[in-house]
Amino acid sequence: MTDVMDQTSPQIEVRNLKTYFYTEDGVVRAVDGLSYRLAKGETLALVGESGCGKSVSALSVMRLIASPGKIVEGEIRLDGLDLLQCSETEMREVRGNRISMIFQEPMTSLNPVFTIGNQIMEAILVHQDVSRKEARDRTIAMIRRVKISAAETRVDEYPHQMSGGMRQRVMIAMALACNPEVLIADEPTTALDVTIQAQIMELLAELQSEFQMSILLITHNLGLVAEVSDQVAVMYASKVVEHTSTAELFASPLHPYTHGLLTSVPTLGMSKEQKLNVIPGQVPNPLHFPTGCRFHPRCPVAEQRCKQEEPLLREVKPGHWAACHFIENGKSPIKGADR
Amino acid sequence: MSTEASKNSEVLLRVEHLKNYFPVRQGLLSRVTAYVKAVDDISFEIKAGETLGLVGESGCGKTTVGHSVLRLITPTEGTVLFQGKDLTHLPAAELRAMRQDMQIIFQDPFSSLNPRMTVGAIIGEALAIHGRGDRKERAERVRDTMQKCGLDPAYINRFPHEFSGGQRQRIGIARALVLSPKFIVCDEPVSALDVSIQSQIINLLVELKERYNLAYLFIAHDLSVVEYISDRVAVMYLGKIVELADSTELYRNPLHPYTQALLSAVPVPDPTRRKQRTLLPGDVPSPLNPPSGCRFHPRCPLAIDICKKVEPRELDVEGHKIWCHVVEEQITGSPPSA
Repeated sequence: MTDVMDQTSPQIEVRNLKTYFYTEDGVVRAVDGLSYRLAKGETLALVGESGCGKSVSALSVMRLIASPGKIVEGEIRLDGLDLLQCSETEMREVRGNRISMIFQEPMTSLNPVFTIGNQIMEAILVHQDVSRKEARDRTIAMIRRVKISAAETRVDEYPHQMSGGMRQRVMIAMALACNPEVLIADEPTTALDVTIQAQIMELLAELQSEFQMSILLITHNLGLVAEVSDQVAVMYASKVVEHTSTAELFASPLHPYTHGLLTSVPTLGMSKEQKLNVIPGQVPNPLHFPTGCRFHPRCPVAEQRCKQEEPLLREVKPGHWAACHFIENGKSPIKGADR
Repeated sequence: MSTEASKNSEVLLRVEHLKNYFPVRQGLLSRVTAYVKAVDDISFEIKAGETLGLVGESGCGKTTVGHSVLRLITPTEGTVLFQGKDLTHLPAAELRAMRQDMQIIFQDPFSSLNPRMTVGAIIGEALAIHGRGDRKERAERVRDTMQKCGLDPAYINRFPHEFSGGQRQRIGIARALVLSPKFIVCDEPVSALDVSIQSQIINLLVELKERYNLAYLFIAHDLSVVEYISDRVAVMYLGKIVELADSTELYRNPLHPYTQALLSAVPVPDPTRRKQRTLLPGDVPSPLNPPSGCRFHPRCPLAIDICKKVEPRELDVEGHKIWCHVVEEQITGSPPSA
């Protein structure tokens, strides 16, 4: 397994990213100091519950944050190029070409009045100097690549003529049309059934090894994380609370929040006598984050210190970062957390 | 858990040959041109205090089953016996009286609560409709039910928008529970909730079931949640039940190729167990024009000739029911015949 933060030449590197929204009710700190490095062909999973900032952090990488939102601090480097210093014209060269994105809702993110061929072709025509004829041929080849049968006829169909799984394949074809270096997949299978989810994830894995893309996978499904990612960053209330390799995270989750997440989902084959763990309370309002450690009101091991002093993300054991005052000698403060 | 006990207890709900066809109208005269066979001849029973899980992919008809057993939709054919009474032909007044014992919890806690009603009015409405107690007694009962569902009774006069998703689902549960029913249809009650909130609601449902000997029809697409909460599980595909067994048995020893594929598609949160899976080709076909014979045959890795022509019949192996020609041949040793 690759070391999480010390790679020599990352494909994409994000440093201390902060994205805030200046709303009438106050400042929402949606992403508050996110850092990661992702090597070529590697997959990073960003995990957390709704509202924790994972989607905003993805949109920030694409620089798709609209007012009242603003990227207030940080650095985003794509193969050395600092995206936050790029002009809007330069950024347009990056979006859909070097970095692409697929969204959760294949039903709403395709345009209903254009054929799928037109939508896939658009990216090719914008970014590459090819004739319409050639763009169309490439589009058909791409539709075939995402395993939609009868590509020659389907290219002229509209989104409503396709099932949810097919539409997500079209989204993938659109995203990969220009052979991007980085693919951001924001909950790509959440709206799909399990058997279709398995098909889509299989397809993504295949295309990743073929194109050597780096994937940033945003999800709340821990099963998916375990199956496809190389490293995981767990987010809570706009901050990363734990970051390490996938194998290490599932073998020894150190942060109390990660431990809570892992033990509160039933898994196949689990005993019915076993009660599900509960994280009491709810995700805090981003307008009023708790002081100190943002997880302290819900944490089973919180003490006075957690209310006052914010824990920093630190290397608690080689290759394993976590933000908690009580992780000592690489041991979780929760008994029996090491599995 | 209660599996042993429920074997001896009475049958609360018996569904026989339930069919639900929705007409498709087309053209100038709105003539009926076809039927969507959302539920096509299914039978099952639920005993008092038992949880039957109903799983399947979207569009397989599981929600229609849930609504039919409460007669929120009147079935096209078949009978639904609740405590021995056939609901399908009950007059409205009697049906209303029966509904005190059968309630439902919906999937989306955001759209299933009236935003103009206070929590107290939402939960207490059923009490008023059924004329239980006077105003004061009803308010007392609402407070008591809120408490049981983990809601602070002080919030009785608040509106739904003041609550988070998890709390709203608790309001939905309190509304179902306030009449002390014997049976609750839970239609995807946790799928709209965040992971950390999901377990709070699942634990609450389990706790209430044990405390009040409730029977659930638990409809969900999350197989791990269904396994955890159910005593028995029925797997649906395109309007039909393809396998029905004791929960532990079904998950340990799935016989139907669809159940096997469904289980193998679930990602396991353990990176050391990245597994080999059976990928099903294609999508679920349209219920408007379901495949002939066994409806699963175009996607089935085991399909043989007969599967295209003849519908499989029920095979009961010590309570483990399955509808599949290939498995039938493996078990009985004789080739399937028309």
